[in-house]
Amino acid sequence: MTSWTKKDLLSLYDLEAEEIQFILDTAAEFKKVSERRVKKVPALRGKTVVNFFVEPSTRTRTSFELAEQRLSADIINISASSSSLSKGESLLDTVKNIEALQADIIVMRHSAAGAHNFISSHLKCGVVNAGDGAHSHPTQALLDIFTIIEKKGGVKGLNVSIIGDILHSRVARSNIWGLLKLGANVTIGGPATLIPKEFAEIGVRVCDNLKDAMEGADVINLLRIQHERQKASFFPSIGEYSKIFGVNEDTIKYLKKDALVMHPGPINRGVELASSIADGPQSVILEQVTNGLAVRMAVLYLIAGSLD
Amino acid sequence: MNKKKGYILKNGRIIDPTQNIDAKGDIAVFDGKIVKPETLKSPEIIDASGLVVAPGFIDLHVHLRQPGGTDKETIATGTRAAAAGGFTAIVPMPNTSPVADNVGAIEYLKRHIAQSSVVKIHLCAALTIGLKGENMSGIGSLKQNGVVALSDDGRCVQNHEIMRHIMEYAQSFDLPIFDHCEDDNLVGKGVMHEGYWSTVLGLRGIPAASEELMVERDIIMAEITGARIHIQHISAMGSVRKVREAQSRGVAVTAEVTPHHISLLDENLKHFDPNFKMNPPLMSEKHRTALIEGLKDGTIAAIATDHAPHTPTDKLVEIDYAPFGIIGLETALPVCLTELYHKKHLTLPQLVSKFTDGPASILKIDTGHLKEGSCADITIFDSESTQTVDVTKFYSKSSNTPFGGCEFRGKVKATIVDGSFIYSDLPGIKGAI
Repeated sequence: MTSWTKKDLLSLYDLEAEEIQFILDTAAEFKKVSERRVKKVPALRGKTVVNFFVEPSTRTRTSFELAEQRLSADIINISASSSSLSKGESLLDTVKNIEALQADIIVMRHSAAGAHNFISSHLKCGVVNAGDGAHSHPTQALLDIFTIIEKKGGVKGLNVSIIGDILHSRVARSNIWGLLKLGANVTIGGPATLIPKEFAEIGVRVCDNLKDAMEGADVINLLRIQHERQKASFFPSIGEYSKIFGVNEDTIKYLKKDALVMHPGPINRGVELASSIADGPQSVILEQVTNGLAVRMAVLYLIAGSLD
Repeated sequence: MNKKKGYILKNGRIIDPTQNIDAKGDIAVFDGKIVKPETLKSPEIIDASGLVVAPGFIDLHVHLRQPGGTDKETIATGTRAAAAGGFTAIVPMPNTSPVADNVGAIEYLKRHIAQSSVVKIHLCAALTIGLKGENMSGIGSLKQNGVVALSDDGRCVQNHEIMRHIMEYAQSFDLPIFDHCEDDNLVGKGVMHEGYWSTVLGLRGIPAASEELMVERDIIMAEITGARIHIQHISAMGSVRKVREAQSRGVAVTAEVTPHHISLLDENLKHFDPNFKMNPPLMSEKHRTALIEGLKDGTIAAIATDHAPHTPTDKLVEIDYAPFGIIGLETALPVCLTELYHKKHLTLPQLVSKFTDGPASILKIDTGHLKEGSCADITIFDSESTQTVDVTKFYSKSSNTPFGGCEFRGKVKATIVDGSFIYSDLPGIKGAI
């Protein structure tokens, strides 16, 4: 593969293995840029990127914004409360207005799954998914996979376990597709109420206990347990979750010695992950954040190129 | 057309499942009734060769949206869509705004039906006041005012004790209860069938158990109370199994299925098109197959459209925010001919029965047949020719269908109500619409 042709990045489900690899290779080049003294490149000079965060976000929005700045794009930030959505305008009308202002790329986060698939078919400008409901968060999965490759030299044949609330997680749904396409063995683990058994149909190993899920893993990716989910009776209490499913000094022994510990953040310290592990030698959590910048620069650069 | 002389539908394939007729022949009509051909003097001859002549179709499940939703549909537009789809009679659901839960609302409907409807309407009133599932509506008074069925469609009475009392009371008036079976807690904020595709798409799932539980509840209550219960838009494999088993024990339970549930799957939602969002949701193949089995063995006696108009403004949004439902009156026959008859699941008489005497028997009305002396409600269709669905040609005020642009075999050629051609695609014969 020598060039990128898609105007949108909606989900890793839509991409071929070689397309995922192409983004990762491009990200590796941008990572080198980030290590220079002057970190800015003119790749998106004259392009306008609109960061449209209908659902609040700090980490992802900051990462995108910084990536856009480093690419020299012109940037507009809109949140749900500052947009006309709060006046009852439909999503489609809002994004069509943004497009009419000659935005080249809309980076959107939205609480409804499929919101990006819906708008992208009505827009000529590029659409980058920064998270939609429980559906997809492709740049997070790309930065996770980028980090694994950087540390392990590749993902093919690696045992990667994703642990926690899989049911409500777009991060899990994106990682699962990306990892499977690149040849990893994927396991999901957590309370039976939060790990959809249907994933077994696409070759994911499904475990409802932590030991099985962790044993022999080269990488574990822990997902945040959302306190608000407790109301819906998925598990008895945060205390029990931590006791039965938390990764700590005792349970980390199930992993391979050189296994990586990952987390997309924000971490609930002492719930899904003990502080000592989060800050320990196996943790690559902050490197994930750093790599996110390179991955997002790559995605924006490739999509901008496809629009020319 | 000369009304004094009457007319003969000549050389059609006459199908009347109630009389076991499936043969080439003639149907004579005079003064709105079906008569013996030899009684007519110099009648007009209408060539029906190559076409099926069937009893008028009856749709047990339609939303006309009047009053309160006339931007989506009206009695005038909805009944024209019905006629264009081959339906001579329909049952509009009472979940309008305000709800048809009292005699005044029924009187309003009757007045507007008299003014605007082009097909026959069988009145259905709400089970409970405001569809709230709490206080039963004036069932006896509603019956006195012409109501033939009761339904809280769109909602399901959750409290079993209240449902028991409603069923006990309704059975004493011999009114069937049309139930939209779902357990509200299990449905939650679900937007599609819970299964492989909801897992992949990250859309909140609605488990099949949400319908199956309430079907079981209704069957148990029907046994206790002797009420007639009719399961609306049955969609889950387990529901079909429960209904079949209950019928074999003599419980008065019937069921209808929609054309979309026998033709589409949850997988169709993978592009997040809200025109595939309906309630009950589209299910997986095993459920779809079970529905077809239910039609084949007679467990499901009727096909009903659940014609649910929505404006593009309402429907053209994120899946989570889009309303449930699609329109179906003008696509029902082509979809069912293609999926059920041409794919050899049902014979043509079996399929016709699901649109005619099947629904008539559920309503306990003496239509849905072509017996001499009965009113001339007749549907004429071509079972073979191929057509592409063109939403711009719909009589319905709405166009929210997943079938736009799809090709189907079969086409309605004429819809006759009380002897009058309401819709006609026959050469030389003008329909009223």
